[in-house]
Amino acid sequence: MKKEIFKRIGFPEKKGLYDPSFEKDACGFGFIADINNEPKHEIVHQALDIVHKLDHRGAIGADPLAGDGAGILIQLPDKFFRDYFKSQKISLPELGDYAVGMVFLPNDITRSSIAQKAVEQAISDEGQIFIGWRDVPTDDTVLGKSVINNKPIIKQFFIQRSSKCKDENHFQRKLYVIRKTVHKKIHQSNLLEWEDFYIVSLSTRTIVFKGMVLAPNLSKFYVDFQDTKFETAIALFHQRFSTNTFPSWRLAQPFRYLCHNGEINTVKGNINWMNSRKHSMKSKTLGDDLDKLWPIIENSPSDSSTFDNALELLVMGGYSLPHAMMLMIPEAWKDNDSMDAERKAFYEYYSALIEPWDGPAAMAFTDGKQIAATLDRNGLRPARYIVTDDNLIIMASEVGVLPEIPEEKIVKKWRLQPGKMLLVDLEKNKIISDEDLKDDLKRKHPYGGWLKSNQILLSDVPKEIGPMTPDEKSLLNLQKAFGYTQEDLKFFLEPMIKSGEDPIGSMGRDIPLAALSNKSRLLYDYFFQNFAQVTNPPIDPIREELVMSLVSFIGPRPNLLDLTSGGKQKRLEVDQPILTNTDLERIRRIENHLTGSFKTLTLSICYKKDKNTVDIDSIISSLCSKAEKAVSENDYNILILSDRNVDEDHIALPALLATGAVHHHLIKKGLRTDVGIVVETGEARRVHDICLLAGYGAEAINPYLAFYTLSNIISKSKINVLEDEASKKYIKALNKGMLKVMSKMGISTFQSYCGAQIFDAVGLSSNVVEKFFTGTATRIEGVNLKEIQSETEERHLNAFKNNFEYDNVLNIGGDLSFRLNGENHVWTPETIGMLQHAVRSADYSIFKKYSNKINNQTENFKSLRGLFKFKNINKPIHIDEVEPTSEIVKRFATGAMSLGSISTEAHSTLAIAMNRLGGRSNTGEGGEEPSRFKELPNGDSMKSRIKQVASGRFGVTTEYLVNATDIQIKMAQGAKPGEGGQLPGHKVDKFIAKVRHSTPGVGLISPPPHHDIYSIEDLAQLIFDLKNVNPEARISVKLVSEVGVGTVAAGVSKAHADHVTISGHDGGTGASPLTSVLNAGGPWEIGLSETHQTLVTNGLRGRIAVQVDGGLRTGRDVVIGAILGADEFGFATAALISEGCIMMRKCHLNTCPVGVATQDPELRKNFTGQPDHVVNFFVFIADEVREIMAELGIKKFDDLIGQRKYLDFEVAKNHWKAHNLDLSDVIFEIENNENVSIYNNENQDHSLEKILDHTLIRDSKDALENKKRVNLKYNIFNIDRTVGGMLSGQVALKYGHEGLPKNTINIDFSGNAGQSFGAWLAKGITLNLSGDANDYVGKGLSGGIISIKKNINSKLISDQNIIAGNTLLYGAISGECYINGVVGERFAVRNSGATAIVEGCGDHGAEYMTGGVVVILGQTGRNFAAGMSGGIAYIYDKDDEFIKKCNMAMVEVDILKRANLNDDFNEELIDKNLLDFDEIRLKKIIQNHVKMTSSVKGEDILSNWDKEVSNFKKVMPTEFKRVLTSYKKDNMSKVAGE
Amino acid sequence: MGNPTGFLEIDKKERNYEDPKDRLKHFKEFIVPLTNEEVSKQGSRCMDCGIPYCHQGCPVNNLIPDWNDLVYKHEWKKALDTLHSTNNFPEFTGRICPAPCEAACTLNLTDNPVSIKTIECSIVDYGWEKGWIKPQLPKKHTDKKVAIIGSGPAGLACAQQLARLGHSVVVYEKNERIGGLLRIGIPDFKMEKTLIDRRMAQMQSEGVQFKTNSEIGNNISTNQIIDNFDAVSVCIGSEVPRNLEVKGRNLKGIHFAMDFLSQQNDMVAGKTISKDILISAKGKKVLVIGGGDTGSDCVGTSNRQGATSVHQLELLPQPPVNENKQLTWPNWPMKLRTSTSHQEGCERQWSILTKSFEGNENGEVTKLICVEVEWKKSEDGSMKMIEVEDSEFEIEADLVLLAMGFVHPIHEGLVNNLSLKLDQRGNVEADEISFKTSSDKVFVAGDCRRGQSLVVWAISEGRKCAERIDNFLKEK
Repeated sequence: MKKEIFKRIGFPEKKGLYDPSFEKDACGFGFIADINNEPKHEIVHQALDIVHKLDHRGAIGADPLAGDGAGILIQLPDKFFRDYFKSQKISLPELGDYAVGMVFLPNDITRSSIAQKAVEQAISDEGQIFIGWRDVPTDDTVLGKSVINNKPIIKQFFIQRSSKCKDENHFQRKLYVIRKTVHKKIHQSNLLEWEDFYIVSLSTRTIVFKGMVLAPNLSKFYVDFQDTKFETAIALFHQRFSTNTFPSWRLAQPFRYLCHNGEINTVKGNINWMNSRKHSMKSKTLGDDLDKLWPIIENSPSDSSTFDNALELLVMGGYSLPHAMMLMIPEAWKDNDSMDAERKAFYEYYSALIEPWDGPAAMAFTDGKQIAATLDRNGLRPARYIVTDDNLIIMASEVGVLPEIPEEKIVKKWRLQPGKMLLVDLEKNKIISDEDLKDDLKRKHPYGGWLKSNQILLSDVPKEIGPMTPDEKSLLNLQKAFGYTQEDLKFFLEPMIKSGEDPIGSMGRDIPLAALSNKSRLLYDYFFQNFAQVTNPPIDPIREELVMSLVSFIGPRPNLLDLTSGGKQKRLEVDQPILTNTDLERIRRIENHLTGSFKTLTLSICYKKDKNTVDIDSIISSLCSKAEKAVSENDYNILILSDRNVDEDHIALPALLATGAVHHHLIKKGLRTDVGIVVETGEARRVHDICLLAGYGAEAINPYLAFYTLSNIISKSKINVLEDEASKKYIKALNKGMLKVMSKMGISTFQSYCGAQIFDAVGLSSNVVEKFFTGTATRIEGVNLKEIQSETEERHLNAFKNNFEYDNVLNIGGDLSFRLNGENHVWTPETIGMLQHAVRSADYSIFKKYSNKINNQTENFKSLRGLFKFKNINKPIHIDEVEPTSEIVKRFATGAMSLGSISTEAHSTLAIAMNRLGGRSNTGEGGEEPSRFKELPNGDSMKSRIKQVASGRFGVTTEYLVNATDIQIKMAQGAKPGEGGQLPGHKVDKFIAKVRHSTPGVGLISPPPHHDIYSIEDLAQLIFDLKNVNPEARISVKLVSEVGVGTVAAGVSKAHADHVTISGHDGGTGASPLTSVLNAGGPWEIGLSETHQTLVTNGLRGRIAVQVDGGLRTGRDVVIGAILGADEFGFATAALISEGCIMMRKCHLNTCPVGVATQDPELRKNFTGQPDHVVNFFVFIADEVREIMAELGIKKFDDLIGQRKYLDFEVAKNHWKAHNLDLSDVIFEIENNENVSIYNNENQDHSLEKILDHTLIRDSKDALENKKRVNLKYNIFNIDRTVGGMLSGQVALKYGHEGLPKNTINIDFSGNAGQSFGAWLAKGITLNLSGDANDYVGKGLSGGIISIKKNINSKLISDQNIIAGNTLLYGAISGECYINGVVGERFAVRNSGATAIVEGCGDHGAEYMTGGVVVILGQTGRNFAAGMSGGIAYIYDKDDEFIKKCNMAMVEVDILKRANLNDDFNEELIDKNLLDFDEIRLKKIIQNHVKMTSSVKGEDILSNWDKEVSNFKKVMPTEFKRVLTSYKKDNMSKVAGE
Repeated sequence: MGNPTGFLEIDKKERNYEDPKDRLKHFKEFIVPLTNEEVSKQGSRCMDCGIPYCHQGCPVNNLIPDWNDLVYKHEWKKALDTLHSTNNFPEFTGRICPAPCEAACTLNLTDNPVSIKTIECSIVDYGWEKGWIKPQLPKKHTDKKVAIIGSGPAGLACAQQLARLGHSVVVYEKNERIGGLLRIGIPDFKMEKTLIDRRMAQMQSEGVQFKTNSEIGNNISTNQIIDNFDAVSVCIGSEVPRNLEVKGRNLKGIHFAMDFLSQQNDMVAGKTISKDILISAKGKKVLVIGGGDTGSDCVGTSNRQGATSVHQLELLPQPPVNENKQLTWPNWPMKLRTSTSHQEGCERQWSILTKSFEGNENGEVTKLICVEVEWKKSEDGSMKMIEVEDSEFEIEADLVLLAMGFVHPIHEGLVNNLSLKLDQRGNVEADEISFKTSSDKVFVAGDCRRGQSLVVWAISEGRKCAERIDNFLKEK
């Protein structure tokens, strides 16, 4: 019997590391509307039916009946309510004159009546007339057990408009006030919790029905839905997939106006900025009521509900719904050449009023009169719609959700495009296009004129003279005072001025956390950057630059709710936020220019050190009150926080501390938007520093000492650049770095990033964080102001005291490269020497010396686990009683290191060793040569059991996948979470190119996101895809530790992953920006523990195996990992060291002298590693684990997992900083009843039993077994996903990548295909679909053929209607694809060899493509060919518009070369020689297209070929062409030589 | 790092030496330095390892990759500053350090380490040549006084550091001249003594006072020091030599190596040694017992004095010519090392135990009776020596130099007067972090604490001890 797992509905409280505020969600969503605005009962059921069809986009937690929530928003069913009140003998006022409130009440009468009375009181307080209550009947039998006991009482209340309200809009505003005040009254007085009392909706037009029910049960749950009088013309619907199982009733969607598929990444900042407008915001329409509305944002962990709150304010403040939406989610306008000037002016004007709510978003929204949907600028969410000839419009995440609508009735099939809006005006009964809608809005006011009068660019302000660089000695003192090290110059500033890039390094961070370090660390080092993983995608700031912007506004923001008097208040703008020393002077003296619109005050953040300075708290307080006074009393509107006054007697506060303090103080006072904050600091110099200052509120930053230092570097060394140029390069490098840090989190604009606080604090006390960095997560406590002060003063002293060690030189640093007198490292000459000697001589005693050296950290803490100690609560047992070494080593794996990053010798040595042990090695991203899948004659195997699937999908063939016991989806990498990678051309030799299915010599790009994972439901889909291809393999998801990773892991478990890896930030890398190596991600101890706690809390732990990796080095590490909740353990660096790596940190330079991380054949000869060395290492580790287990009295490893009772932490009493650390949350034991497993001992239910492929396999038996041709026919629906995947797995298992002869299995489908149609389709299989397809068609295509043609009854014109979704052919290896219509965004992304033709495509077509041929017989979207390094695209460009849409960074566009009939060619040459035969190749593809899909357009072009051929453009990557040309020459000279 | 592929492109090159024939004619240094251009190229061979293994080898934490790179970039002045930031006297170590850094160099994996010692020496020699090396005066003076007892490398380093921190420092030296073993023990052909003189000049300007002929506990009372100073640093070295107490030890012509070497150094410095105490190798068959550096210095000095033959015996077995890198690197490997003195002519034998000396009627030594030994691992893992049966043999010798190391500092006088606690080996007890002796305000550094060791260790200890003393004085 399962006991009740969950005690209460809604969120459990924060406990241990679990915090409900980390909730993330995603979903299926959409709307249906009768454009004629005729209410129908049918619409409700159609909407519910669609939700049902999107079932797979939602999730089910541990309780099978408790979904994550579903709901619909509809127009008031007036007829139904009128009928109801008639039976009550009450007559309702006219529609529009009454409002209905839908409310969740506590389920006991006493408490519920408190709320009801408060509602009635609020209604009368606002002068409106209360009509009555109605109980909403529900059928509770469909509720899950975990939900039913605490189901709220659901009621409706009715209000009549009083005559004091002049119209319906006025009434709506009063309703808004009523709702806000009653919530405030109840929640602020702590009468009831949010979960107990929540007004779901209150409107004269719309009403929301939602709840914690599975989508298919929604229609049963709300009994009202069955009444035929229950009618609406529109319905917005939503099905939620929450990352864990505690979504509450109120957080089910839709909210009052919208439903959202996506995530607002900048929500923390947005909320802060919203709150800080309290002082500056005034509204004509709301008048004095505005004061009653604060706080605008309800207390909610949901970014979507927060967004809803803000949107509502704008609408109530007088903006129209679409207008408000355009302000909050603006399209990318900044560098958009195709946008007209007026629209740009519109966006530019509003950009100063409100920062974008940034993050992936597909939103559907309505006020009952208009219903609309929009997509954010990146367009990362699918939204397809159809319009019928009887004016029904249906928009949903997928197509084919209402298959009963006859094809011939459909007049339009299209999709929401990035940044675009689709609006149905129910009063005008028509669809208003994005163009018309925005044209209308942009002309409402003279935005261009307003801008002209108020926009000031800093570059327009008269130039000032900046200060001169001081003499060398003074400069050195300044550098010392701000803690500069030689590494700052060597690894950061110098490379930055040389290359203009954020510098690159390799391997991981093995220095202590700042709070554990014996050295004085800068405050920046206590913060780690957050990054997107799974629940939202990072962005590629280089290849998708068009969505990025660094524009910053300095100074006061205009009144957000002022709709009419635009252009009065001046706004100061910079195109990026780094100020040179002269720029800063411009701002400092700006008052004399611009007619006094700006008034700048420089506030010193230095303090005098004397005996009276007890602590800096009072110094900061006085700084804050000075700032407040300057703004509120003296009308300063720009504050410069400056540490220029630093000298022997004056110490600078850490700039970040001062910035955070002033920023938050002004927010709390509601003054922040009245003033700009500029930071003038000698302290900031690296990208991370700048990002932190911006993240905590600095609108612009002047790192003056960095500029001085640059000027000194140039004057002294032989770097051949001018000072001015060096500054520019440095700023460029900072800019690029910042873009990367922002994009890692999926944030596109600096304005949204500013103040968004996208960091975790590690090792800062919560007092400090709450006060100065309010809202930032800090998990383990840590240093207080006292320690921060003494660190600061230590640096200062270093500059101005007698100093023998470094008088003429800077401190060495030693963070990146070990130095004896620098920062502590785990890996030292000593530890590496000992480990290598131990494994080579198989001498356990040397290993013990090594592990003692690493484990014993009492003097020098190097990691959090150094603070733990074991608790011996059992009697020790004899070691022979402990599980044998041979069992324990099975839990070990080596980390993911690709064949490109390490040599084939190093790679295969690890594989052989792990196979000998029965552990697992990992391919890394980059494939594996098939010869390794066979056993070696001596019984060894070089096959990596774990096959990694990373964002580049290099070498991910069907054959590769079926040769795995584990398939690991790499969401993030410890050393560089949220970033893509790049393998430079010189590392892509013939061998690497073969394995990766690419061209030797041509560089390869791995995009930051997986383009088929933009959200948790997408991840579930990829897991499903992979499980289909290889049902035997465990599917694993690799995450990196950060705050909230546990929540993501819970989502991963619900997405049916069998395995999850939690990586620490200290993991290694072959190449990564140093900013990421040092400053992103978090320690695994925290991430693992949070994961375990969250999984256990959610009852999800048993069904998923948890692996930890990132800097594991000893048996003690393993035991601590197990106790914190890991089943399995990954080792990368230590395993590499065992086979000879000496941590040169030169992997990115290809000069590894020991042949590990290099492809240089000469250096590879130096490789001395043996499988035995690696085997010895793992055996030693296991031996040490057993020793500890024996001491702890534990026989079975399983009995160790999650058993926090064996762990205690030693407060580092004597450490000046670490004594504050408190790890009790890390070892917090989640209360847990015996039925919830705390280690992996159950299996996931992958629901593979019902899939269509079983039928396909059964029917293809003859082909699979005897290679006999079969022809099959089936119907298909959107719920049939990954069709062909499992069948292909069968083919690859038997026949490898070679597959079956072409067309052996030939299948015709009719209907609408679900996602991933033809994923990893193997050679020999042809799928022909008549109908529409969803996203990911032909993902990983491995030789199969796919054709999609429009339904035979469809009357649509194929190049003007969409037929298949987004991200087609992602990572396709080979094969063919013919599509008779337009497809969505990112067509053929990272295609490496497939040939494909479509009749139009969305944005980012052919992105990152490395091979293959694509043909677009129609329009493309913007940013075509971004990051394209190989292959060819042919574009039919009759109107000569293509070039504007093509990203020319890596490609060239030519007209098509006509064929020379004298050319000597054959079929094979056409495929192989991509330099020539364009015309013949293209024609052949179009001919096939016509044959496969009966394409009319194709036929037209062919029939007029001689003329049409000139309408084609050829897109070819420049580098690719150069390499191919040189091959050709080589071959010719070889021939000549022969 | 300037040149990531330098190690693949440039061959290793070392300083040259004058031909043995020529150099045996004098007692001067015989190094032929590389040109700056050549040194710079050698600097580019450094790979700037993420973990610089050379650090494993360097007791003074020399920032080797950093100055290698600066030399590569011809930033000599900055290289000099960087070098001086961890090492007070690089011209000493650049000459006489055995360079464990080079053994630990990553390129030594393929037997081609960066010529670190050559580079170090070039940087500092060039710095002196250019006149870049100046006194570094303290910004502020304190009112604290520190006495340094002993002026070897440990004492000098300790004194310089403390002076730069503003303390008043007095160095007491019992001998006539400053420098300790550097001055009296190291032959001039390995390190000329003017190098010490110019450092003294620098230190005097920085505020260090030198008092020679001042033996604490002898001509200056220990109490006087303790009463007059706020802290005392004992840097008296490890002077008691290991003796060979076998039959015939008292014969004439058997001397401790240091007695022999110091006479020669005195003579080079211009002092005349009276005949009756003069130990000369001229025309003699010299036999050196002990295979270490001091033994090697005896070999070089004997040859320069005109010995007819030089023979060197070592008790331990002959180490291998090539070490097993897989199991030794980056540690200091046991391997056969041939010094420049050996190259000048010497017969070396290993695994030889001296059983007795025999002499002539004048009581002068004429030969040694020796036996071959074998080294075997005993049950407890330690190596045990066993004499090989019937292996006895004789070697003729008329000058025998005992160079078997030093056992501990001299206890008489200072150490006993202060009742300093000793460790098991007879060294002054203090741990490597505090450098604090059992006596209040008395610190200790160098060989008298750690036992006989390298000059570079002495400098390292002197520096660290200075830092502890500074903290001690601050807390006072």
